[in-house]
Amino acid sequence: MLNLEYMWGLLPVLLRYLPLTLQMATIAMFFALILACLLAVVRVSKVPVLNAFSMLFISFFRGTPLLVQLFLFYYGLPQLVEALVAINGVTAAVLGLTLHFSAYMAESIRAAIVGIDRSQTEAALSIGMTQSQLMRRIILPQATRVATPTLMNYFIDMIKATSLAFTLGVTELMGATQKEAAGSFLYLEAFLLVALIYWAIVEVLSWGQRRLEIYLNKAYQR
Amino acid sequence: MISLQGITKRFGAHTVFEDIDLSLSQGEIIVIIGPSGTGKSTLLRCINFLEKPDAGRLTVGDLSVDTQRASRADILALRRRTAFVFQNYGLFANKTALENISEGMIVVDKLPKAKAHARAREILERIGLADKADAYPASLSGGQQQRVGIGRAMAANADVILFDEPTSSLDPQWVEEVLSLMKQLAVERQTMIVVTHEMQFARDVADRVVFMDEGGIVEQAPPEELFTAPKDERTRHFLRKILAPTGQAVP
Repeated sequence: MLNLEYMWGLLPVLLRYLPLTLQMATIAMFFALILACLLAVVRVSKVPVLNAFSMLFISFFRGTPLLVQLFLFYYGLPQLVEALVAINGVTAAVLGLTLHFSAYMAESIRAAIVGIDRSQTEAALSIGMTQSQLMRRIILPQATRVATPTLMNYFIDMIKATSLAFTLGVTELMGATQKEAAGSFLYLEAFLLVALIYWAIVEVLSWGQRRLEIYLNKAYQR
Repeated sequence: MISLQGITKRFGAHTVFEDIDLSLSQGEIIVIIGPSGTGKSTLLRCINFLEKPDAGRLTVGDLSVDTQRASRADILALRRRTAFVFQNYGLFANKTALENISEGMIVVDKLPKAKAHARAREILERIGLADKADAYPASLSGGQQQRVGIGRAMAANADVILFDEPTSSLDPQWVEEVLSLMKQLAVERQTMIVVTHEMQFARDVADRVVFMDEGGIVEQAPPEELFTAPKDERTRHFLRKILAPTGQAVP
């Protein structure tokens, strides 16, 4: 049977590592969003050269496993770039998560932008708005609404993906669990507990997601 | 004064129209009629540079632009002087009726927000939608949306308002309220060019009716003249086809 007492005692130990997990996900999400917006706008506006670069970037980071990318950054790149020898696991993980998820998110944002009725673009141009005013004031706010459910899903994915950082030697939630389990041999209890913790985080976020969607949809109620 | 000189538009090898000349004076109301696919809308879109003409010169007030050498600044200036009303409204879905109208004043004219909103409220009053200031487009009827579209064009304080089939995508019950708003603007001598199939509107409101066919202006005359004694056979043919089913007098 499950050793519930052990699990109860382990909970506060593991929760000490929750802030690091959330920090990695939040920081990576922040930079991934910025990068994804840039990539998407470049793709939609078909900026010469940059567009080709964006396509290549998106293709590579969607086309290879996240774990491979993390290993590439952490173990591979320092071989090439001397300065990266000092890169720590957390930085490499955040970098990998940012690039990987920005590629996916760029495609959702691009689809959301393209989905906005062309007549609004023409209307904005017809009253003398510049391309960047059009993007900032009309297109991106609406694309945000369309893309939000998908982007929230990526954020949820990203929180779970931070667990891969333990393969770079980072003691985050998953890494800590691994260590604790190795010490106690109570693998089932430890990994069940960490699964429940991830699940709880995701449930809280899903609740937030629903609230956010209601808020964003308020302009579209008939 | 607004004038088009030698305006030409091609899509690939297809010439939509060639060498169009048209001018109107301040306060003049022109209605362009003609069969579908003859480039009426495209001509209107060229005036606002939503389509880039392939040749010609556009003059609006004191701004005169060779369309082949137009800088970005020229295009923005030209657009600010030529407001556009779209067939399918083109309202900003993320903005209220009030914000749709004030947006251009804030972003393009750089008016302080409070001032722009005050002006937008005056316009809402004039278009009869004062009570809908905070409504989003999705909650407005087609007729109300198009009136907001016209309000947005009014807010631009442009030298001319271009109407591209403003009632064509409306349910029949909303057509009248949009036409009557346009008539109200006509009474105030707002300079406008209207592309429409509403012949009664053309008769009642236009100072001059322009008939376009096969990529050119066939003839233009005051409505009483064009509708009763058209000179060209193509005009006669078109009017017969479009007026007969409505029970209006046929030339």
